Amino acid sequence: MENNNPLSPHLQIYKWQISSLLSITHRIVGVINFFSITLICIWAILIVFGQNNYLAVNVFLNTIFGKFIVISLCWTFSFHILNELRHLVWDAGYGFDLKVAKITGMIVFIGSFVLTILFYILGRNFL
Amino acid sequence: MAQFSLPQNSKIEVGNYFKDKTKSKNLRKINVYRWDPSTGKNPRVDTYEVDMDNCGPKVLDILFKIKNEIDPSLTFRRSCAHGVCGSCAMNIDGVNGLACIKSHSDISGDLNIYPLPHLKVVKDLIGDLTTLYKQYESIQPWLKVDQTGQEKTELRQSQSDREKLDGYYECILCACCSTSCPSYWWNGDKYLGPAVLLQAYRWINDSRDSDKKERLKKVADELKLYRCHTIMNCTNSCPKGLNPAKAIGSIKKMLATS
Repeated sequence: MENNNPLSPHLQIYKWQISSLLSITHRIVGVINFFSITLICIWAILIVFGQNNYLAVNVFLNTIFGKFIVISLCWTFSFHILNELRHLVWDAGYGFDLKVAKITGMIVFIGSFVLTILFYILGRNFL
Repeated sequence: MAQFSLPQNSKIEVGNYFKDKTKSKNLRKINVYRWDPSTGKNPRVDTYEVDMDNCGPKVLDILFKIKNEIDPSLTFRRSCAHGVCGSCAMNIDGVNGLACIKSHSDISGDLNIYPLPHLKVVKDLIGDLTTLYKQYESIQPWLKVDQTGQEKTELRQSQSDREKLDGYYECILCACCSTSCPSYWWNGDKYLGPAVLLQAYRWINDSRDSDKKERLKKVADELKLYRCHTIMNCTNSCPKGLNPAKAIGSIKKMLATS
């Protein structure tokens, strides 16, 4: 017999926790990184078909909108790297304590911005 | 693909408003999810004005006050009222918990009370936990021993082995954790969920049990176990202060190292 009773509300009512927000961000950022890596690879392959193709993208990335994208990607990768380290520690069996998980979560969040700035400055000046 | 919005028959409508009749100066608005199977209508949220000057300290006291003094048709489960039986598990102010041990003074503003999330509603605040109980049965939550019963020897457990069960045997299966888990919302038919996995770990970890290997093998499944992405809503909601996320992490670690 099929149960036609209503489904109780879930996403609609459940309060966001720091941990759940970081978790969904991790997933979204992972998808963005997947596609951006693919695009970066395609961009690199464009060199094979001539310098101009490559430069066109280069010019675009140096506009204000392009820079916004580059900095955003610096952040998505920073966040993913740091949160993945957190997952690695979890997989080793540590850091499940509610307090510890909250602290490491905040470190990841704040650290992702610090790392973004570092990536950007390093990339601008030394590469 | 998971459905993130509520199905048509589950959309919540605006319900009745019960104005205060006691002329109390200390009123609080309580919004409660209501659904009556006999009407065939969609669920609704009723609002009650409750006199807080004459009300006990816990959320369950508010529900009793509503049922006794304002609207006797309100339906909810409760038994012990001391946080031991787990019957009054519900979603209070957006987080799952036991109504009998949650103080309403900890929550500011209007109080929203819903049934446990993503369950088929039986009536009002009662959700259908049949699937969860079936999953609990599937992990065989009893001691399995090699003894035939003829030996008549006691299964001894050292103090340190017994301590390994601390933080796990206290689980009362109120389902607060499982119904707080987004992974369980989307894959509840296949993923075992935090409550059942914590129980699974409790039996895997019992020094007297001789079926550890089989138990691990049974639970090592892409869907049954690895749908846990350490979102930690479970640990955040456990009214007994247990840590299902850690239990699941421990199972994963055991599987990776054995």
